[in-house]
Order: sequence, then C-alpha cells, then structure tokens
Amino acid sequence: MAALPNIRLLVAAGLVGLFAVSLSIGVDDLPVDSVFTDAGALQLLLVSRLPRTVAVVLTGAGLAIAGLVLQILVRNRFVEPITTGTGQSAALGVLAVTLLFPTASIAMKTLGASVTALAGTSIFLGIAHRLPPTQPFLIPLFGLVYGGVIGAAVTFIAWQTDLLQYVDVWTNGEFSGVLRGRYELLWITAAMVALAWWVADRLTIAAMGREVSLGLGLNYQRIVQLGLVMVAVISSLAVVVVGMIPFVGLVVPNLVSRLMGDNLKSALPWVAVTGATLLLACDVVSRVIRYPYEIPVGTVLGVVGSGLFLWILFGRAQRA
Amino acid sequence: MIEIKNVSLRLGDTQILEDVSLTMPKGGVTALVGPNGAGKSSLLSLIARLQPLQSGSISVDGLPVDTTPSRQLARTLAILRQDPAVASRLKVRELVGFGRFPHQRGRIDANDMKLIEAALQQFGLMDLADRFLDNLSGGQRQRAMVAMAFCQGTDYMLLDEPLNNLDMLFARQLMRDLRAAADNDKRTVIVVLHDINHAAVYADRIVAMKSGCVVADGSPAEVLQPDMLARVFGYGMDVIDVGGAPLVLHHR
Repeated sequence: MAALPNIRLLVAAGLVGLFAVSLSIGVDDLPVDSVFTDAGALQLLLVSRLPRTVAVVLTGAGLAIAGLVLQILVRNRFVEPITTGTGQSAALGVLAVTLLFPTASIAMKTLGASVTALAGTSIFLGIAHRLPPTQPFLIPLFGLVYGGVIGAAVTFIAWQTDLLQYVDVWTNGEFSGVLRGRYELLWITAAMVALAWWVADRLTIAAMGREVSLGLGLNYQRIVQLGLVMVAVISSLAVVVVGMIPFVGLVVPNLVSRLMGDNLKSALPWVAVTGATLLLACDVVSRVIRYPYEIPVGTVLGVVGSGLFLWILFGRAQRA
Repeated sequence: MIEIKNVSLRLGDTQILEDVSLTMPKGGVTALVGPNGAGKSSLLSLIARLQPLQSGSISVDGLPVDTTPSRQLARTLAILRQDPAVASRLKVRELVGFGRFPHQRGRIDANDMKLIEAALQQFGLMDLADRFLDNLSGGQRQRAMVAMAFCQGTDYMLLDEPLNNLDMLFARQLMRDLRAAADNDKRTVIVVLHDINHAAVYADRIVAMKSGCVVADGSPAEVLQPDMLARVFGYGMDVIDVGGAPLVLHHR
C-alpha cells in the first residue's frame, strides 16, 4: 500500500503531461513561443488542439464513471455501457432523430439518444436482475447479445435509409472531427461526473446491494434511477459527439478498485482521472503512430484495453 | 417493543407465514429457532421492511414499518441478512463506518469516529481494521458485518444466522458480544439461530417457528422441552441440564 501515493502521483502527472503533449502534436508545427506572437498559431490552439484535448479528457473521465456506475447498478464488474446495449440504444436514438428531423441540432440528437439510451439500459437492468446471481458471466454475455440485437436493428434501418455512413461515425469513436463549437455539449459530462462524486457514499452503499442499502435507510430505487440517468447521458454524449469508445468503462473501474478499493468518496475522482489519462494516452498514440495520418482511437484502445483486461482477469485468479 | 399482528406472507403458491402475531418486548436477546423453511428469515425481513407487508401490521417502538420513512427506521433498527454477499473492496473500518450513514449521510464527525473505533474494539477487529474485506476469511467478514450493524447504534439489532461461517471460538465470541450489547448497551437483539444450544445459553427468550407459524414462545427452559422440540424439528431429542441451562442433544 506504500506504493499508492506514487501511483496517484504518476497518474496525475501523466494526465498533465499528456495534456501538454496533446496540445503540441498535430500536422502543423505549434512551437510554444509562437502562441504569443503568431495569431494563426493561437487560432490553431483555440479552435482545434485545445477543444480536441478537452474533449478527450471529458470523454475519458465520463466513460470511466459511466462504466463504474453501470457496474454498481448491475452488480457485475464485467460490463460497460457499450457491451450492454446502452451505446447501441443511443445510436438508435440519434438515428431516429436524424430520420425524423434531418435539421436537428447536436443538442436535439443528444436528447433523443439519451431517451433511448435510458430506455435501453433500463430494460437491460430489469432483465439482468432476473438472471441467476450464481452465474455472474451470464450478465455480460446477455449484454453482448442484447447490444448486438439493437446494433443490428440500427444497421438495418440505416441501410434501408442510406444512413450507414452516419452510423459508422457514431459507432467508431475518434476525435479528429472535434473543433471549437462542436464539442461543448461534452461539458455536461463534467457535470455528471461531479454529480456522481456528490452521491459517492450512496453509490458505495448501493454497490453492497439492495438489502444493505434499505437497512441503512438509503432510497435504493432512487439511486438506481439517478445512476441510469448518468449512464445514459454520458454514453449518449459520447456517441453523438465522438462515437463509441470501447474498454475505458470496463477496465478503469476495475483497475482503480484493485489499487484503491471501492470506497468511492476517495476512489471515484481517481476513476475519472485514470479514465481521462488512459483515453488521452491512446489518442496521442493514435495520432503519432503513422504520423501525419491518424488511426481511430478505438483501435488503439482495443489493443491496450484488452491487454489490461486480461491482466485484471489473471490478477483476480491469482488473488483468489 | 416489536408488535406483529396477523401477518401472513405468500410467495407464488407457497404460504411462507400464516397469521403470525407476536410481541417482542424491548431489551434482551430473543432467539428465533425452527427448521429450514419455517419462515424465520421472512419474518425478520418483514420486520426490517426489506419486503413489503402483504397483510397484517408490524410496528417497532410504535413506528409502523410499512409507512415510516426508511431513514428514520434505519436509526431504530439494524438488519444483517444471512450471507450478505458484499463484494465491495472496502476496508473493515470503512464498512463499519457506513453504519453511521443513517445518522450522518456521509459526514463522519469525531463522535462517529469514536463509535466506529468502539465497534471495532467490541468485535475484535482492531487488527483487521485496515484490511480489505475480500482479503478476509468468511468468519472475519461476518464479524465485520455484525460490527457495522452494531455501529448503526440502533435500539434493535436483527441478525439472520450470524453464526454462519464462524468456527466454535468465534461463534461463542459473537454470542457473548451480542449478550454484552444487550446487557451493557441496552440493545434489543433478535437473532435467528440454528444452534439451539447457543440459544439455550445466551437468549433470554426463544421463539420457535414451524411451517410459517409460531409454535412456542418463552424462556429457554420453557421452550426446550423434549416434546416441544420433537414437534418443532420433527424428531425426538434428549435434553439434559448442565449448570442450570438446558443442553439439547440434537446430534444423537
């Protein structure tokens, strides 16, 4: 446990360092001193580099928190919003809004996505609670099938209506399209993270189950509803603004739990910080690995995330 | 005082409780005994409002459990369910601290800290206080859960088979701790027990249940009679007297 402050320091320093690196890399050179002398350089920083970096940080923190909250609601550590139908339901919502109101703003699309994501996640939760608790791996498996079915419906409708290209944008997350004026809604994610921290004690108790919660006088139903809203809103914002991003919501809560435990009053901020750091690191890699071109950040996360996930799985087995 | 009036419970086609009426006075240790499926756990969870009442009424210190705000009840009674399967990686001290939640909503002050330390001390958890729950044995985890219920500081403590997973030493220790909670802290302890001899020694009162009904209610000496035990458990067993307390030879 003596190593813990060092890990926290490392993660925090990593986030600050990566933030600076993220601002400095791109197709155009952007020397630090030029920002103060060159109007074009300042413009580049404020219109493209800074919005992109902020968007990555907000999305990473948000997805990690959404994964954490979903894992608490489902009482299973092997789920995240895009493996349980939340992301796919959100895509269905954006698709519906796009079809019905072709001129809808990003805010309208997010609202539509949030409504369907809330419905889709509530149905998943209702069914997950009915699965036998003696078979913990049924829940993630059911989630994959459930998400697959909704995803197939999205693809079918999009194919029928010639919108497949849009669906591609929503389902493959990447940040190259983020510019000033097109990402600001993501700040709602920050509000959701703050809200989760505000109710951290309640979430910790809810994670101990319905009966312990009731015994301590916690309104379990209400915290579940609040959690569902947080998961749906964060996931929908990610889908609409940057597209689906895998693994952050799955591995980060597990990593932080391993290192710091589940007392969320102290651990929850680190879930957010670690999520932001992980996603920012992967975004930087996706930008430099075949510079000046980019690969989707989801691809990088697929490799990094599955590696981390295997480590968590085998680490568990060793401990038990 | 806990007043149970005409409580029945049906789950699907199964009658779990049938017209149970029972009064448990404040103070002391009451043991609920009976064979598996007698309805002991269901009765306990109805008192603790973990399940909705279907018929009849239950009140604790005059508070009807179905209409009193949950948080207010959480300051009157604490419940520990059987095998609570808490999978959270919490430290023992953190877990016990959550017992203060109904009073503080998360803001732990100096007084709470004292109560938490006292609960850790009382249940012999000082050495384990900074260990994570998932690194403990089943018995240690069980003691931590009981300490959390104790730390809730309620007049009533309801415990469903708390001796599960405990070896003889810790089972005896826990029963002594519950006895001390009743004697020194004036708590009312209601505990579901399978080991009838623990009930014989540590309980002031034994309530025996069978098939959803209360069949006996009295002091250990009154309830632990061979004919009564045969009626409740379905087979005859001898009862001998050891130092003034009945000892049931149920294993022979």
